[in-house]
Amino acid sequence: MRKVAMVGAGMTKFVRRALETPKELSYEAAKIALDSSGLSLDDLDCVAHGTAPDAFDGIHQNGEYMVDGSGGWNKPTMRVYVGGGTGVHAIVHGWHHVASGLFDTCLVVCEEKMSSAMPHAQGFFLTIFDSITERALEPNLLWIFALEMNRYMERYGYTKEDMALAAVNNKTNGLNHPASQFSDQVTVDDVINSEMLAYPVSRLDVSPVSDGAAAVLLAAEPVARRLTDKPVWIEGVGWSLDTAYWATRDLSYPRYLDQAARMAYEMAGIREPAKQIDIAEPYDPFDYKALHHMEGLQLSPRGRTVELLRDGHFAKDGNLPMCPSGGLLGVGNPISAAGTMKVCELFWQLRGEADQRQVPGNPRLGVAQAWGDLMQVSSVVVAGI
Amino acid sequence: MEEKIKVSGGTGLSSKEVSSGKIFMTEDSLDCAYAWDTGVAINRYLSELKKARIIGTKCRKCKRVMLPPRLFCELCFIPSNEWVYLQDSGVVNTFSICYVHWDASRIGEGEKPHLPAVIEIDGASQGMGIMHLLGEVEPKHIKTGMKVQAVWKPESEREGSITDIKYFKPL
Repeated sequence: MRKVAMVGAGMTKFVRRALETPKELSYEAAKIALDSSGLSLDDLDCVAHGTAPDAFDGIHQNGEYMVDGSGGWNKPTMRVYVGGGTGVHAIVHGWHHVASGLFDTCLVVCEEKMSSAMPHAQGFFLTIFDSITERALEPNLLWIFALEMNRYMERYGYTKEDMALAAVNNKTNGLNHPASQFSDQVTVDDVINSEMLAYPVSRLDVSPVSDGAAAVLLAAEPVARRLTDKPVWIEGVGWSLDTAYWATRDLSYPRYLDQAARMAYEMAGIREPAKQIDIAEPYDPFDYKALHHMEGLQLSPRGRTVELLRDGHFAKDGNLPMCPSGGLLGVGNPISAAGTMKVCELFWQLRGEADQRQVPGNPRLGVAQAWGDLMQVSSVVVAGI
Repeated sequence: MEEKIKVSGGTGLSSKEVSSGKIFMTEDSLDCAYAWDTGVAINRYLSELKKARIIGTKCRKCKRVMLPPRLFCELCFIPSNEWVYLQDSGVVNTFSICYVHWDASRIGEGEKPHLPAVIEIDGASQGMGIMHLLGEVEPKHIKTGMKVQAVWKPESEREGSITDIKYFKPL
């Protein structure tokens, strides 16, 4: 396998309702990523593209519709979809294209427009439940997250306040992100006192509904070295899918992520991730998920994550900054684009280009992760400079 | 709270703007009807539910007693065709108290919150839970680890569905 580097990144603002079409959003992110690398569309070998269910945009076979916006026309273009995990999985997918030797460059583009579906995109998630044994109970999507969050909290005796600390950490980091949907500081009390949606999930425990796109340009080593003095290498990739019998799993620990992370670390030659990784972008559609995923990523001992969070270990100036981008809680959550945004953040942080969000100490190794399907998939990318 | 968390850069849209026709909208009604087959294992599961019994399958290799029952063990990847009757009681593994509908609209005044739970059924292997609902309990009294009992619909109303169990109530 060949070495693969990230040589460009770009994203749109994440907003509640963008006036641009999905194609226009994709174009914006893809164009910024290309321009930042110095390549033009003619130089590009292939496109790896990701969006969530066609039902969100209401356009069946959305990949074909999107092709012009992603720069993929008349090129080998391939779409990948693993629910919320798509944004990081698309990077893994693009990495294959280049690492295999088949292509020298690959543009990874992920887009999501959550605002078009009326009255609420959440309705489409109803069809992920088992058609016979679960849908008859008329579940809604929040149930499974509330059930998992409660299980996680009960297992270790965590409180609502403990979970809110993660929301505040990420939302505070997000205030410095130019693409963020939010502009106001949020406190632990704000989170705890926000509207109860599905105990234990309150409104501010959850990331917002967003529109947006993000893109990363990948290149094989010789091309990467010609294009930039600071290629950010993809050191390892991993992914894993757990059983769809979700109610029979131990919901307090993300086993699928444990497996995906170990795969990525092994490829990267990382033996002690908690010591070696400098920055982490765990997937955080909910505050508890950031902590749950830090444990699955082997970056925090099970059940000690809140203690480390309280001690400032995961703060921007801590030993292992968690979601320096602001994450989904602090920037926004256009499903697949949100995962790619996390990989963009590694690119900018490791190159020292994250402006006000820049973590101190010249980080050299970072990990990004996304999660999805029926709470069962994780994709992981380890990047280094 | 709504006031405090400002959304920057986005474009707001009220239901009034939609209903007054101010927003360009294309209405498209997708008629998606499916006649799903239950599958071999779930067919038996549903037939037994109609008789107010919960049945699982056992894997002869890993010895797991699985619920919902399945034609094959996904771990050992061999047929799991030994049927085992389970209790209609169990333990609450985790629960939620849900105040929103599927479309994120809020439940109305006086409407009771939904009480979904993962219930580990007695007689199945440890950790083998199913998603169902709790009932006959005050939300504040629900605890994980609580013993619960299935409340069945009367025989005449049972139709071979997971909803033949109305909910689980505390024992």
